Amino acid sequence: MALLELSDVTMRFGGLVAVNELTLALESGQLYGLIGPNGAGKTTVFNVVTGVYTPTAGSIRFDGDEIAGERSGRITRRGIARTFQNIRLFGDMTVLQNVEVAFHCRQAAGVGDAVFRSRRHWSEEARVDRESRELLKIFHLDGLAQERARNLPYGSQRRLEIARAMATSPRVLLLDEPAAGMNRQEAQQVMDLIRWVRDHFGMAVLLVEHNMKVVMGVCEIVHVLDYGSTIAIGKPAEIQSNPKVIEAYLGGA
Amino acid sequence: MKGLAAALLVVAILFVANGLFTGSLVSGVSISPYILQVVCLAGINIILAVSLNLINGFTGQFSIGHAGFMAIGAYSSAFLTVTYGERIQSALEFLPVFARDGALLLAGLAVGAMLAAIAGFFVGVPSLRLRGDYLAIVTLGFGEIIRVWILNIDAVGGARGYSGIPKLANFFWIYLFAAISILVVFRVVRSSFGRTLIAIREDEIAAEAMGVDTTRSKVISFVISSAMAGVGGGLFGHYLMYLHTNSFTFIKSIEIIIMIVIGGLGSITGSVLGAMLYIGLTEGLREFAQYRMVLFSLLLIVIMIVRPQGILGHREFLTFLRRRRRLDSPASPMIR
Repeated sequence: MALLELSDVTMRFGGLVAVNELTLALESGQLYGLIGPNGAGKTTVFNVVTGVYTPTAGSIRFDGDEIAGERSGRITRRGIARTFQNIRLFGDMTVLQNVEVAFHCRQAAGVGDAVFRSRRHWSEEARVDRESRELLKIFHLDGLAQERARNLPYGSQRRLEIARAMATSPRVLLLDEPAAGMNRQEAQQVMDLIRWVRDHFGMAVLLVEHNMKVVMGVCEIVHVLDYGSTIAIGKPAEIQSNPKVIEAYLGGA
Repeated sequence: MKGLAAALLVVAILFVANGLFTGSLVSGVSISPYILQVVCLAGINIILAVSLNLINGFTGQFSIGHAGFMAIGAYSSAFLTVTYGERIQSALEFLPVFARDGALLLAGLAVGAMLAAIAGFFVGVPSLRLRGDYLAIVTLGFGEIIRVWILNIDAVGGARGYSGIPKLANFFWIYLFAAISILVVFRVVRSSFGRTLIAIREDEIAAEAMGVDTTRSKVISFVISSAMAGVGGGLFGHYLMYLHTNSFTFIKSIEIIIMIVIGGLGSITGSVLGAMLYIGLTEGLREFAQYRMVLFSLLLIVIMIVRPQGILGHREFLTFLRRRRRLDSPASPMIR
């Protein structure tokens, strides 16, 4: 059984069918690419999986449990984390705090511990601080720890988004265009990072990306959507030569 | 141990200051009762401002119902001390007078805080699902409902006002609770839970996506804030010895909002500064009688044009000073 299974998921907004009977299986540790022309429904898939929308029909199973329609916070605590296409960092907080927030959902210390500064409060704060700094180091952000997130350059903000998602210790990581707006060298760094993170932490990655170099270079399986429907699933090499995919991207001859 | 020593020191300082101000410590040494009253009211407003800042400034949920929770705390604690005061006092006969009064006040404040917290919970759960101006309108409505409801309870005086409340609160108790509220809010904000509040303020959708139970965090911060408003209300009633629902209209809520906005939303020291400034200005401009509100409003407009983020912005007083100094000296190695 796959770690994350979508079966016949449909998402309708009024008359518009954004996602049409999508079936997708993500095995643990897999690098899975989701591509398609603009408006194909990729981000909607993310929003449905992470609980931003409740799917109109179909089921989403994570580790055997049905999660369709649950609140995003709950789904994240189950082990699915995401980044956003339009960066959504906590702008006025420091880089370090951005990551620390994401650790909260795995913590036992509550408000009472905070008010009375219990031993648990201090030990958890120390642990979160240490682990956050380790995570920042992995993402080459340790030098910027005390900087406000909104003051970071674009590429670093993208990396911080991934670092923050990683802090929730996910088993599935959903990356929404992590290389958007990056030059070739930065995109290459992101590719290396995604691969490294997967090898190091062993989570499955579902990637939405427009940059074909990144998708083809990093993903083991590529899933192509067009107008909400699946038109092809396969290895990167197969996808590149699939006539239906070429038609969807370039238009029929 | 260090914390305990600091707490004892604060209590001792407040106790001595209280004695000096009222003239009970050294005969002939005291400050004018008028000034003392202004200082005490400023203290109560510090409690209200600091607590409202937790929900408005740190969590970013714009509530205008604070006066309602203050009213609940004020009336319920006064009801306890008026109705059961004598019985509790006589049960504690073996204690000296000031300890008896203190115990009665603490009992009243505990009841006030608890009921205000419960009200905060029931108001917060449905209304915190809303955002921005919708939340503001709903909390405004709840604040008024609470006020009108109390106005119609005859047991607490109804429209005649509630008189005969024992004078239990003084400078010592008011500033002790001001110090406690500052400490509590400071600790709540500087914690893992506090970071979730600030994250909600910055981007609620992202906070939820990072596994934060945003509704739970918001309700908890609203309940803490309401409980502290209840304490402020309790002190208010036991200081002035008279309560009337006219003190708890939405104008009062707006006043508290003005304090935290002047001081800087999301800054605890800013709220303290804002409360003192607000009370100081309203009293200081009293000479100008009918022009008072005009001058006051002008001043607010000027502050908002010159420093829309409030005097301290998001920063606390000490970091504010430190940053100033850093910017003044361009040779500092901190700036690259």
